[in-house]
Amino acid sequence: MKALLVGECKDGKFLESSYELFGFAAQLGAETAMVLVGPEGELPLYGGVVYLADTGKYGEYNPDLHKKLVLAAVAREKPDYVVFLHTSFGWDLAPRIGAALKVAQISEIVAVVEGGFELPACNAKMRRTVRPQGAIAVLTLQGGAFPVLKPGGSPQMHPLDAEGAAGVTFLGYEPAEEKGVDLAKAEVIVSAGRGIGKMDNVPVIAALAKAMGGELGASRPVVDGGWIAHGHQVGTTGQTVSPKLYIACGISGAIQHLAGMKKSGFIVAINKDKDAPIGEVADVLVVADVMQFVPAFTAKLAQ
Amino acid sequence: MKILVCIKQVPDMESRFKPDSAGVWFSETDLAFRMNEYDEYAVEQAVRLKEQLGGEPELTVLSIGPDRVVEAMKKALAMGCDRGVQVQDPAVQLKDPWQVASVIAEFAGREKFDLIFTGLQSQDRGSAQVGVNVAEILNYACTTTVVGFEYADGVVTVKRELEGGIKGVVQLRTPALVTCQLGLNVPRYPTLPNIMKAKKKEILVIPVAELLHQEPRAVTASFYPPAKKGGGIVLEGDVGAQVEQLLGILREKTTVLR
Ligand SMILES: Cc1cc2nc3c(=O)[nH]c(=O)nc-3n(C[C@H](O)[C@H](O)[C@H](O)COP(=O)(O)OP(=O)(O)OC[C@H]3O[C@@H](n4cnc5c(N)ncnc54)[C@H](O)[C@@H]3O)c2cc1C
Ligand SMILES: Nc1ncnc2c1ncn2[C@@H]1O[C@H](COP(=O)(O)O)[C@@H](O)[C@H]1O
Repeated sequence: MKALLVGECKDGKFLESSYELFGFAAQLGAETAMVLVGPEGELPLYGGVVYLADTGKYGEYNPDLHKKLVLAAVAREKPDYVVFLHTSFGWDLAPRIGAALKVAQISEIVAVVEGGFELPACNAKMRRTVRPQGAIAVLTLQGGAFPVLKPGGSPQMHPLDAEGAAGVTFLGYEPAEEKGVDLAKAEVIVSAGRGIGKMDNVPVIAALAKAMGGELGASRPVVDGGWIAHGHQVGTTGQTVSPKLYIACGISGAIQHLAGMKKSGFIVAINKDKDAPIGEVADVLVVADVMQFVPAFTAKLAQ
Repeated sequence: MKILVCIKQVPDMESRFKPDSAGVWFSETDLAFRMNEYDEYAVEQAVRLKEQLGGEPELTVLSIGPDRVVEAMKKALAMGCDRGVQVQDPAVQLKDPWQVASVIAEFAGREKFDLIFTGLQSQDRGSAQVGVNVAEILNYACTTTVVGFEYADGVVTVKRELEGGIKGVVQLRTPALVTCQLGLNVPRYPTLPNIMKAKKKEILVIPVAELLHQEPRAVTASFYPPAKKGGGIVLEGDVGAQVEQLLGILREKTTVLR
């Protein structure tokens, strides 16, 4: 069995997360090769074959050109699996490769299980096992689901070329918004999620953060809705934090939120739903209405 | 100009999910359904574009599914879409993303839309594939994960959200398809007069058999709750007691309480 791993470069840098692809291949017991659009100075620590298309020529991510480059590597390697990470790069490109090869694409794999691949369903509250109908499949892996594995060595390089028109023009990057608060320094973070119900309730959560001598954090919908500034957002598109204590108030525990806080020392979740996925990482799950529990807890602290 | 918005109706994610009798998807008993969260941003952006262009574009909203999906379409019509298309399929959950995309593309190919909006992903299945596959089949320019959208003279300029809050700015010419990410805009609540008006808007019903000509490429073998891991403490019952218990645990297990 052979897996063609599609490594990721952004802004001319090889992304370390790409090593998770090797971790997955090891679990499958697959032979590997890698395809990469990146600069020559940014090669992975890997002794196998790397198909390299130079960023100088092909630039940052461009779906039409990158599709052709990956397909060129597929034609040479004839892999059983073409494997991406489930990122803004992976979920954009993988379906295009699946469509071009006329094979299954399976998204956001969290485990290799009997009879197929395990995927999250229903906002991570459930799982399903999916298997491709044919022998070949294009896969994306959930970030962090498979271990980082650095095979070591230096690659045998094969230059890769492709031509053709691009339907999408890349104009440039826009940097992330100013952080505002540096949550990384906080010992305690108390975060508000959609479960707090309304913007008027934010001060109740902020009061607990203050009583604990900590900072206020937020999940994304609370930020998107304008209840709390983006500088407080925790998660893949916000900040990654690891305070001594993280208190999640009315947060369901979507993977993009967990990715930003699961390394916290101690995690408390307050949620009315006993089955909320946040329970998978919480040291303590308080099953309660957040607007009843939090004021009571803050009052008790003040005593 | 012709615009298509694709929406999926999904269960409320705060529901308790149980496998159906075949064990391959959830049982619908006791579930309440609503429009997929990502698709609300797609509908809103399409309506804003129509408004920007003085109401000229014709806005079609399409949903594949059983008759209950008409409820979600009515919301889209009340938000400002002009007409609805229900591709009637009581067993859409058994189709893979490729088949779902092929059905949309079969319909869209006949209508020649200039612009198609979809959500980034559906909340229940979350494959993030349907939109991109529709574009691949139709040979439309396509970009995903859009958090900023502008349109002028056949050129779409969008911000793609990348990891860590960085954005990629890209441009594409129509015909094009974009998949919408959370936070792209602030979806409006339909007003009562618009809800009344929506009742009179046309909803075309097409049986899925007329549009489906593809075999599945992936199949779901089973659907089940996650294996419980961790074994954290669960505090239930009276709030006063929970407060005392949590305080005790924090004093014992952490150093943050002075
Ligand atoms: C590419 C991408 C990037 C993303 N990046 C991020 C990110 O950086 N950060 C982030 O947070 N999300 C991110 N998201 C969004 C993420 O997928 C979830 O949608 C989001 O985290 C959900 O936020 P939430 O838990 O506050 O809301 P919900 O999922 O709606 O959960 C609300 C919770 O509150 C509980 N609840 C409701 N009422 C009460 C009550 N009265 N008392 C107690 N509990 C109650 C419910 O049981 C539920 O569990 C991203 C998504 C994508 C696709
Ligand atoms: N049954 C459906 N009917 C209409 N549109 C759909 C359907 N399923 C998925 N879509 C669209 O495709 C997007 C991505 O869905 P998915 O690939 O399932 O994550 C959704 O946000 C919708 O816009």
